[in-house]
Amino acid sequence: MEHYTMNLTLKVWRQKSKQDKGHFDTYTVNDISSEMSFLEMFDVLNERLVHEGNEPIAFDHDCREGICGMCSMYINGRPHGPWEGTTTCQLHMRAFKNGDTIVVEPWRANAFPVIKDLMVDRSAFDRIIQAGGYISVNTGNAVDANSLPIEKEKADASFAAATCIGCGACVAACKNSSALLFVSAKVSHLALLPQGGPERKTRVLDMVAQMDKEGFGSCTSTGACEAVCPKEISITNIARLNKEYLISGIVSDK
Amino acid sequence: MLNSKIPEGLLDQKWNDYKGHVKLVNPANKRNLEVIIVGTGLAGASAAASLGELGYKVKAFCFQDSPRRAHSIAAQGGINAAKNYQNDGDSVFRLFYDTIKGGDYRAREGNVHRLAEVSASIIDQCVAQGVPFAREYGGLLSNRSFGGTQVQRTFYAAGQTGQQLLIGAYQALERQVALGNVELYARHEMLDVVVIDGKARGIIARNLVTGELERHFGHAVLLCSGGYGNVFYLSTNAMGSNVTAAWKAHKKGAFFGNPCFTQIHPTCIPVTGDHQSKLTLMSESLRNDGRIWVPKKQNDTRKPADIPEEERDYYLERRYPAFGNLVPRDVASRAAKERCDAGYGVGSSKQAVFLDYAAAIERYGKIECRKHGIENPSAEEIRHHGVEVVKEKYGNLFDMYNKITGEDPYTTPMRIYPAVHYTMGGLWVDYELMTTVPGLYALGEANFSDHGANRLGASALMQGLADGYFVIPYTIGNYLADEIRTGQIPLSHPAFEEAEKAVAGRIDTLKNINGSQSVESFHKRLGKIMWEKCGMARNEAGLKAAIEEIRALRKEFWSDVRIPGGIREMNPELDKAGRVADFIELGELMCIDALNRRESCGGHFREEMQTEEGEAKRDDDHFCFVSAWELKGEGNWELHKEPLVFDVAHPSQRSYK
Amino acid sequence: MGLTGIFLIAFLIVHVGLNACIWAMDGGQMFNVAAHFMGSTVVMRILEIGLFVFFVLHIVQAYTLEVQNRRKRSVGYAVPMGNSGSKWYSRYMGWLGTLILLFLIVHLRNFWIPSRFLDMNEVTYNGVEMHDLFGLMKDTFAGNTWLVALYVLGCISLAYHLMHGFQSAFRSLGVFNSRYLHLINALGLGFAIIVPLGFAMMPISMYFGWVS
Repeated sequence: MEHYTMNLTLKVWRQKSKQDKGHFDTYTVNDISSEMSFLEMFDVLNERLVHEGNEPIAFDHDCREGICGMCSMYINGRPHGPWEGTTTCQLHMRAFKNGDTIVVEPWRANAFPVIKDLMVDRSAFDRIIQAGGYISVNTGNAVDANSLPIEKEKADASFAAATCIGCGACVAACKNSSALLFVSAKVSHLALLPQGGPERKTRVLDMVAQMDKEGFGSCTSTGACEAVCPKEISITNIARLNKEYLISGIVSDK
Repeated sequence: MLNSKIPEGLLDQKWNDYKGHVKLVNPANKRNLEVIIVGTGLAGASAAASLGELGYKVKAFCFQDSPRRAHSIAAQGGINAAKNYQNDGDSVFRLFYDTIKGGDYRAREGNVHRLAEVSASIIDQCVAQGVPFAREYGGLLSNRSFGGTQVQRTFYAAGQTGQQLLIGAYQALERQVALGNVELYARHEMLDVVVIDGKARGIIARNLVTGELERHFGHAVLLCSGGYGNVFYLSTNAMGSNVTAAWKAHKKGAFFGNPCFTQIHPTCIPVTGDHQSKLTLMSESLRNDGRIWVPKKQNDTRKPADIPEEERDYYLERRYPAFGNLVPRDVASRAAKERCDAGYGVGSSKQAVFLDYAAAIERYGKIECRKHGIENPSAEEIRHHGVEVVKEKYGNLFDMYNKITGEDPYTTPMRIYPAVHYTMGGLWVDYELMTTVPGLYALGEANFSDHGANRLGASALMQGLADGYFVIPYTIGNYLADEIRTGQIPLSHPAFEEAEKAVAGRIDTLKNINGSQSVESFHKRLGKIMWEKCGMARNEAGLKAAIEEIRALRKEFWSDVRIPGGIREMNPELDKAGRVADFIELGELMCIDALNRRESCGGHFREEMQTEEGEAKRDDDHFCFVSAWELKGEGNWELHKEPLVFDVAHPSQRSYK
Repeated sequence: MGLTGIFLIAFLIVHVGLNACIWAMDGGQMFNVAAHFMGSTVVMRILEIGLFVFFVLHIVQAYTLEVQNRRKRSVGYAVPMGNSGSKWYSRYMGWLGTLILLFLIVHLRNFWIPSRFLDMNEVTYNGVEMHDLFGLMKDTFAGNTWLVALYVLGCISLAYHLMHGFQSAFRSLGVFNSRYLHLINALGLGFAIIVPLGFAMMPISMYFGWVS
């Protein structure tokens, strides 16, 4: 891999607080190494801003290895930037070339209000999980782990859905700001396992109801969510959720 | 005098006896008892969920935007449990023994045995919660082996075990939130413990969104705030991982145990330059199938593919034939450093060794071809099938490596180098996980824990969940049973007022320094000192120099740091400044501890103390104790020793040859 | 949306099948007989009302959904995502639907209203008198370039609308098994091309006088 350095122009959304209107600021950054991660490039810029006596750009980030789901930038018209199946923190500067202009915006959705600059409030996701995204089993109640064999294929599919990191890129990409990919990943994860059986019907109804309450839009199957999901969670999960939802709606006692 | 409160009796009876005699709190009283939990990783989330289920009123705090972000999520490889599903000779005793030995005989027998005992229940609990562990075609759970053991006892979910376990605990926690048993405070950072009449009674927390300070009361406070590896600046920890909660507790009287015990993980992606903000781990599970080597020739600049088999030095297999590439982390890390220091390193920095999957791909490919009934398969067919198997087992890790380095690990060996990963040290706790401050507990990586001087792979997840699901629900009752008459202490109590004033004062001081250097630059400098002088190898002169340098750095920090932005608003620079200030103080203590421990054990390698072959040389006569440091004043600590007694696992020279 | 959509898809099959009778080359007899059958029984009349109900439902649902969804993002992006991630016709279902609605109004005015409410030329086959819809079709399209173009445009809108709508409808109804998914995706693509093409060919055939 050949390494190179580049000079870039950044247009970054700045917003002091939730109440502030916000605007774009333009910065130039020089001598950026192609080996840097995208967030390290932001570190370099922020370090300079501090030295110049300015406020650095606030952005969410934590693990920087693509698993915690905290980073959340909308880069050049795409959540998490140009690479497929990648979080912003795993995006590296070799994705860009000298002279590029990069526009960075926060996730946009009314259900994800901006807190500051590029940081948004995603607590709506927590509340959706609270509505039913769990299996009600108290500590100490469990039977032996191998007492219930689970088809490997189902366990694998359940795992694939469970890899969702809750970053919200699906919402950011969806023209309707729908959170259905997120919800369906959790519904699928639990519906595919026998342990999730007892609460299967109420779970999907409650979680979808909470999603609506939080102000997310509804799914019109454009597929943008799947395309930007850093964990490549399949839109098939949405179909599975729909099935669960229909059946539960019909057979539910409530 | 430190009282570890290890129950009397035979080792394998201690925990049962304890549970049989521990005080209980009746359900009606539990409703009136409040518990504060700081941190929502595996230990914190599992404790919050379990205590909420029991009926306690729980308040859970995390500095991230959601409890699900805690850094436990990044654990890759797996979780150990003495299930013996593989019929390969595992048992509770074997797990206990491996952990004690792996920790180089610097952990408590009683604690470790308890850990091994509850390990099996953790797997049961997680499966019941819907954690999708890897399974065999028969539908039963799959296991793999991990460094430092000879049995297959590690349960895993691809390379994302920590994520799946944390999501399980997080969901259990959110369920309790929905039921009203747990109140959640995300984007809140604990900045002090409030101690009233010698007991921990609450915390001062800063709302990171508004910058406001808040007072919270609790009959007990649980710190589940993780490790302090970020004192090295570069580590595999998350950017936000910090020691602040634990350090504030230390300042309020909690002793700090074995601060110098740091784990350097052997398989991380090497540093590329000064811009580096963190290091990424490649799961230890990769050592199951990968082979580690360097060229036999010094300063060999050929491409790995151009170096023929006979010119490669598989140094772990050569030096440790019994364990080969599966030696414990400390041993593997030091061996890599030794080879690189001797001039055999690879890559542009020469600070890396190869982790090669070519042999594994071929081996798996042949097996697959046999399975598919392909006779005389071509090299391409073998490779194709082999890659498929490796992809299923390690696909996400390989992808991650590819994203970070731009190299394809399926075709060229990965370059790896050791990096700071885990801290075995932490707040000193007794058998009940209580620190030296009554009512203040520490769980998971935040305590000095059960891993001695070196943690075995896949044991951190086990310990975090053991503490939260199966230990604290019992032990906290023993304390709270005596607290049922303590009503809610009003937040206007002078102790709360005083603590808040002190916190606000410190924030003001920091903000008003208005110097010229960024917080980040101080953190980097601290990390450099720590890595060079208190890292993989330590010596007296280096440590003494480091202490001086850190003291000077501390002075400079408090006179020249610059923090832009305001106090009563969201200000990530201010958050970071407080954390780095604490790291600087901790760094000094780590060096003091490392200097004091004139022996090599586990992750702590004193260059003065090594065998002729360069292996760690323990000194059981003088150092068979836990160092518990009490803060006496700025830069002044008193050492308390908790002697370690080994009734069952008698210390011997660790040998992995 | 999915349910009403699937009903309308079913209607399209009947409609295109029936209209294909114009190519029977029998002077429009088969077509006229079929159309007469569709318009003369009570069952068909009831179904016709159902069809209208579904059309209205589909349209009302669609516009409500579109309005609601647009309200979920008050501040938009400076750089739109464009086609990175989704197909344009998936995002513009509302516009495509509106085009189809406009076309539908013209279409109803051309054929449905005359056949129901206005006086029309009659033909008699085997002693049964019926509307000469075939003749109406011929008169409507022959030499009317603009109208034919409009119909073709309507069919193109329909094609793209179906390209998304067909598989999306089944997803809404919860079809997730990969076996069926492949089938439905293939079927949907075929349907979205063949049916609108069939429709489009009708005015074109009339225009160029390919049918007699």
